Amino acid sequence: MSEKMTRRTFLKAAGAFTAAAALPVGLVEMAWGQKSSEKFTFAYISDAHITQIKGTEFVKNFDKGLQKAVFEVNFMDPKPDFVVFGGDLAQLGKKEEFEHGLEIMKDLTVPVKWVTGEHDYYLDLGKYWQEKISPLYYSFDHKGVHFVVLNSILTDDDWTYKRWPTPEERMLQMARLDNPHGSPFMVKEEQRAWLKKDLAKTGKETPIVVLSHSPLYKIFKPWNFWTDDAEEVQVILSPFKNVMVLHGHVHQILYNQIGNIPFNAFLATAWPWPYPVSYSQLPNKVPAMTVFMNRADPFKERDGTGWGYFDVNGGMLHHYELWENTPRMVRAGGKMKHPEDTEYQDPTKRIPPQEHY
Amino acid sequence: MQKPSYLCIGLGFVTLCVASLMAHADPFTREDLKKWDEAFTVVMKEGDKLFHSSQLGKNSVSCDMCHPNASNAHPETYPKFQKQLGKVVGLRDMINWCIQNPLEGQPLAADDPKMIALESYITWERRGVKLEPGKH
Repeated sequence: MSEKMTRRTFLKAAGAFTAAAALPVGLVEMAWGQKSSEKFTFAYISDAHITQIKGTEFVKNFDKGLQKAVFEVNFMDPKPDFVVFGGDLAQLGKKEEFEHGLEIMKDLTVPVKWVTGEHDYYLDLGKYWQEKISPLYYSFDHKGVHFVVLNSILTDDDWTYKRWPTPEERMLQMARLDNPHGSPFMVKEEQRAWLKKDLAKTGKETPIVVLSHSPLYKIFKPWNFWTDDAEEVQVILSPFKNVMVLHGHVHQILYNQIGNIPFNAFLATAWPWPYPVSYSQLPNKVPAMTVFMNRADPFKERDGTGWGYFDVNGGMLHHYELWENTPRMVRAGGKMKHPEDTEYQDPTKRIPPQEHY
Repeated sequence: MQKPSYLCIGLGFVTLCVASLMAHADPFTREDLKKWDEAFTVVMKEGDKLFHSSQLGKNSVSCDMCHPNASNAHPETYPKFQKQLGKVVGLRDMINWCIQNPLEGQPLAADDPKMIALESYITWERRGVKLEPGKH
């Protein structure tokens, strides 16, 4: 947990504020349509990338990241209702990596909701994941909020089934982020049809949270910060007044608003990724509203990594628990026009470490 | 009219010889440019391979895992004061720091062909960006 702001101090402050009369919009309890969901908190741990070197030797750096997140989530008081794992538990989808990762995750004292990532999927096309961890896509309800988990890292059939000579080669190709032979992420027809059917039973006022590994919008195709059928998915989501997308994969603070849908990225426990603005040779669509996280100091092993939690209270307050850095908070949903950093959204408030180039 | 001295004739002859030699040394052809460019590209592609291989260190971590397309490496800002090393260093010093630390490997000699290849790739991916030595 961060030193500056523990959850306890935040809740104390929040309690004091709700007692007051005239309050700034950012701090007022925001109702989600007419029917408010209950207040609750859920945490996330994402992009662990547990990597086997050989035998029982794993990359210590990534082990430490996941262990630290599990340890800190367990220290939350009060406990979160559940933890979302945002995808990429293993680096190359190996049984040994899953087992090592699950061994660390089993210490969590609250239930886990699993989202699959491409590093988990492309060795055996989700076989281990479905047998030992979780269904690939599903939905659940929690205290008035409808959660949908998608497998948003599929790609076209040719690339998946025919292009590569072995599963290992396919996994290596998908594992490389800047791969010129890569293939864009997709949700695809079958899941989109399932999503439509699943949401048909949901009221238009019911808050919906979509949990996904790929962003469900288009940021930078060369690094697969991208979902190819994003527009089709957004069309299915847009009739709902209080829908939000949370995703992994990008290993950085990133948020956006498209129409009525806010998007928020999870931090990674393993390593941070540069913003696509840092690759000078190609254009990108990094959302201008995102206040970047501090440029990672490579000499601090955990800089740019962390975990987070969401206070759901009509809209959401995303606490980014950045290790080696002051925590950040982004408010989204409810009456917000778009997600906003609670401290740095105003351009005059920015600090030098937030400059990435 | 006075006859030119042997000295003058000699000097004239030497000047002509030197001039003719210089006339061959300097101009390089389009063919030369193409050849030298190809030679660079071979080395740059070798650097691309090394950058993306898991063989530089001992723990299978590769450079591109933190630096896709060599992004966030800022070769145009070196040499610079690298705060964490406490002195002004060049790009290859930072490359070696990464090889030794996150990649848990052995540093490369400054003139190791692998180091030249890595520098070639990293700077190639940053081509066109103006030099700003010393920028943090």
